[in-house]
Amino acid sequence: MGRKLLLEHADVPGIETFDVYRKHGGYRSVEKALKTMSPEEVVEEVKTATLKGRGGAGFPAGMKWSFIAKPEGVPRYLLCNADESEPGTFKDRYLMQYIPHLLIEGMIVSSYALGANQAYIYIRGEYMFVLRIVEKAIAEAYEKGFLGKNILGSGFDLDLSIAPGGGAYICGEETALIESLEGKRGNPRMKPPFPAVQGLWQCPTVVNNVETLATVVPIINMTAAEYTKIGTEQSKGTKLISAGGNVERGGVYEIELGLSVEEFIYGDEWCRGIKNGKKMKALVPGGSSVPILPAHLITKTANGDTRLMSYESLSDGGFASGSMLGSGGFIVFDEDQCIVRNTWNFARFYAHESCGQCSPCREGTGWMEKVLHRIETGKGNMRDIDLLADINKKIEGNTICPLGDAAAWPVAAAIRHFREEFEWHVTHPEEAVKRNYGMLKGVTA
Amino acid sequence: MVKVTIDGIEIEVEEGTTILNAARQVGGDIVPPAMCYYSKLEGSGGKCRTCLVEVAAGSERDPRPMPKLMVSCSTQVQHGMVVKNLTSDRVKEARAGVTEFLLANHPLDCPVCDQAGECHLQDLGFENGKEGTRFEEEKRTFAPRDIGDKIKLHMNRCILCYRCVYTANQLTNKRVHGVLNRGDHAEISTYIEKALDNEFIGNVIDVCPVGALTDKTFRFKSRVWFLKPMNAHRDCPTCQGIATVWMFGNEIQRVTGRKDAYGEIETHNGKTAWLCNTCRFESKDVAQWTIEGPRVINRHSVISQGHYVLKNPLEDKSTVKNLK
Repeated sequence: MGRKLLLEHADVPGIETFDVYRKHGGYRSVEKALKTMSPEEVVEEVKTATLKGRGGAGFPAGMKWSFIAKPEGVPRYLLCNADESEPGTFKDRYLMQYIPHLLIEGMIVSSYALGANQAYIYIRGEYMFVLRIVEKAIAEAYEKGFLGKNILGSGFDLDLSIAPGGGAYICGEETALIESLEGKRGNPRMKPPFPAVQGLWQCPTVVNNVETLATVVPIINMTAAEYTKIGTEQSKGTKLISAGGNVERGGVYEIELGLSVEEFIYGDEWCRGIKNGKKMKALVPGGSSVPILPAHLITKTANGDTRLMSYESLSDGGFASGSMLGSGGFIVFDEDQCIVRNTWNFARFYAHESCGQCSPCREGTGWMEKVLHRIETGKGNMRDIDLLADINKKIEGNTICPLGDAAAWPVAAAIRHFREEFEWHVTHPEEAVKRNYGMLKGVTA
Repeated sequence: MVKVTIDGIEIEVEEGTTILNAARQVGGDIVPPAMCYYSKLEGSGGKCRTCLVEVAAGSERDPRPMPKLMVSCSTQVQHGMVVKNLTSDRVKEARAGVTEFLLANHPLDCPVCDQAGECHLQDLGFENGKEGTRFEEEKRTFAPRDIGDKIKLHMNRCILCYRCVYTANQLTNKRVHGVLNRGDHAEISTYIEKALDNEFIGNVIDVCPVGALTDKTFRFKSRVWFLKPMNAHRDCPTCQGIATVWMFGNEIQRVTGRKDAYGEIETHNGKTAWLCNTCRFESKDVAQWTIEGPRVINRHSVISQGHYVLKNPLEDKSTVKNLK
C-alpha cells in the first residue's frame, strides 16, 4: 500500500465541508506556515522538496516561485490552473470535487509564500458543477477566517476568487490563461517576458496546477525532509494518475513515484489488468500530448530496465523509445484498438483547439487532421505517412506555445512505433473502414 | 551599444533592438522576411514565424547556442550574439515549412487578386517556397465580405498576421475589429458585421501583407504593374497628406501610404504617415495632389524590375536532374 498524501481522506463522508476537513487535520499547514514560518522559508521548503509542476511540463515549482519579481508597490498574483482539458486527464477534477479545501489550503500557503494578496482559480467552463463545490468551500473558508483580512491574526490578507473559462484547451497554457482572465481572447503571449515578471495585468504572477498547489500542503505539514523520502532519486513524492482506456478498473489513483508501470497496470490495488483478458497494445502514459509507447517498451525501457512511474524513467530513451509522465493521463490500449484512428482522434482535438495565432500550428494541425482522416477512412497513400512525419518536424519547436509540440508528438510517435499499421490502412482500405466498428457511418473506401 | 553578428556581418546596435531590426540596419538579403511584424504597430510580431533565425551564440557572457529557432522580430540582441539566417540550413528548412503552411489554405488566386505584384506572400513563396504543393485536401473557404463601404475582406487569402487587428485597436477606442473562432477556422471579423467607421481605418489595407483587405475604389481596375507610382502630397486637415499615388496616364487609380522597403508606412516629420480615408478613397483627381516625382520600389514584388529572375538552371541542380 503506497502512502497517500493528497487523497488520504478523500473517501471520508462530508470531507468537502470545512468542519469534517478540519477534523481530519485540515488547515494545519496554514497555521504552521503563517505562525511559525517566513514566506522565504516556505519557498525554501518547496524548493528542497523538489516538487515538480504536476500540470504536465514538470518544471520545478520552487524554482518557478523564486523567479517571481518583487518590485515595490506592485501586487503579485497567484493563479491556479484548473483548466484541465488534456484528453485522458481528470485528476484535478477529482481533487476539486472531493476535497476542495485541500486546494484552498494549498493556495493560502502558496500565496503567503509568494506575497500575493489576490489569488484566482481558473476553472474550465465544462467543470461548472465543480465550480459550485469550490465556490461553497471558499465561502466556508472566508466564514472561518482562513480567507479575507488578517488570516489567523498573522496580518496576511488573501482574497480568493474563481474565474470560469470558456472551455478552450489553449487557456490551460499559462499566458493564454492570463489573457483570458484579463477578459481578452485566449491567445498565448510571446515569452519573454515571463509571467513571473509581467503576468496578470502586467504584474508578477505565478501560475500553478491544482495538484501542485495541493501538494504544498503535505510538504509543509510533514517537512520537505520527510517528503523527499518518498519517490525516486529525481521524482519525489506522490502523483495523481487518472487511469483510463481498456483497464479493468480505471479512475484516479495516488501513487508514490517510482512504482513500476507493470505493477500499476496489473496490480490488484491499482488498475487490475486489461479488460476482458485482452493483451495490451500501447500506452499513453501522460495525457494525449505525450508520445505513445508500444507494448514492448511499456514495462521495460529500451535497455532492459524496469519502467517506473516517474519523470525520469518514463522519459528514458528520449522520444525514440520513451515518453513522458506529463499530466498523468494514463491511457491503456488493448489489442483491438486502432492506433491510426486514435491518432486521428488526437489530431482532431489539437486541430480544434489550436488558437490560430501562429501559422505552423494553425495550418499544420488542420493539415495533419485531414491527412490522418484520409488514411483512417481508406483514402490514404504511402507518401502521406512520410508527409505526416515531415509536417511534424516543421511544427515542432517553431510555435509560440507548446500546443504545437503537443500536437506533433503523438503523431510522430505513432508513426515511429506503429508504421506497419498506417501502411496496412493504405494497402487494405476496405478492411480499414470496417475496423471503425460502424463509428464512421456512410464512409466507404 | 551592443555588438551582434548576423550571417558573418558585424554591426553595433542599441541595446534592446530586436534581431530583425538589427538585420534591417545592415540591409540587403540577410534581412529575414516578416509577414506579421510591423514596427509601427505596438504588440505586432511573433505570429507568422517566417522570421525564424538560428542563434548560434546567445551572448558574449553565455555563448551557448539557443536550442530552438528564435523569432527575430521579438528576440532582443545581446552583446556578442551570433545569428545565422541565410547561412543556416535549419532556418531555410523551417522557413520553407512556414511558407508551405501559409500557402496550404491560401487560394492562390493571384491572377484575380488586386494585391498580386506587390504581395509579400508572393515574395515569400518565390524566395523561400518549394515547387509544387503537397496539400491535397480541400481548402477552407469563406465568403468575401464588405467591411464598410470602401474595404473588402477576402478571408480566404488572409494569413492571420493580426496587423489589421492591431491597427484597428490602436486607431479606435472600441474593440470592433478582431478575430473569431480558433485554429484554421479563425477569421478576421468586425463586431457582428459592423462597418468600421474611423477616419483612418483605410490603413488596414496598407498594413495587410496579402490581398485579404483591398480597396473597393480600386478593385479590378488595373494591375499594379501597369501603374506608375508617384510620390505626392496634399494639404489635409486630418492627416499629413503624404502618399504614393498610382497613376495610369494622367489618371490617379489609387492612393496608398508611402511604404518603405519592408512594406511599412514611412515616418515623416517624426510621425508615421498614416493616410486618412479622404486622401485615400476620395482624392483621385490629379489637381488635388502635388506630384513630387516617381517613387522607387526597390525590394519587393514584380513591380520592382528584375526582382523575379529565373534561377540559372545550371547552378540549381535540384531543378535539372542528372546534370553532370
